[in-house]
Amino acid sequence: MSAPAVVSGVLLGLGCFVALTSALGVLRFPDFFTRMHPAGKSDTLGQTLILAGLAVAAGASLVSLKLGLIWLFLTLSTPCSTHAIARAAWIDGKLPWSKGGGEAAS
Amino acid sequence: MTVFFGVGGALVVAMLMLVVRAALGPSVYDRILAMNSLGTKTVLFIALLGFLQGRPDFVDVALVYALVNFVSTLAILRMVENARLS
Repeated sequence: MSAPAVVSGVLLGLGCFVALTSALGVLRFPDFFTRMHPAGKSDTLGQTLILAGLAVAAGASLVSLKLGLIWLFLTLSTPCSTHAIARAAWIDGKLPWSKGGGEAAS
Repeated sequence: MTVFFGVGGALVVAMLMLVVRAALGPSVYDRILAMNSLGTKTVLFIALLGFLQGRPDFVDVALVYALVNFVSTLAILRMVENARLS
């Protein structure tokens, strides 16, 4: 195997790990604000690793430039949408989960 | 090529978990969060699909889907907050 194939394989494998663990976190965590945390992680680190792996596999070409544009837009837009969702939930009166079983005082 | 199939399988499993959360989600915000994350996974999957078929031009479709996903998340949030779109 050539060096770019190894690098892209390692990046894609790490990206798959982050994507799978964050999806598991969204599925298993106890309330909305804790679910927000793995969702944000998959939207930044996972997509960065997978897009970087694909760009390395494509080599220096127009395709890798477009993958870079996708990465740039997702990096700008997903924190905005995650913030908007959290703000909407907070305004709606949802409170974070606390260990005692009840809801924490804000 | 085998690596790309593995990545596609992992993305499909992650998307299935997010679909389960979107179906179960107690509040509407859980569903919006899961669908937003699912849209990001879909962008990655479309980009990967081009590599799987040997035609990497599909990244254009992924770019457009990323734009649509962002706008649709904000539109649904606005509809939930105001109970109307305008």
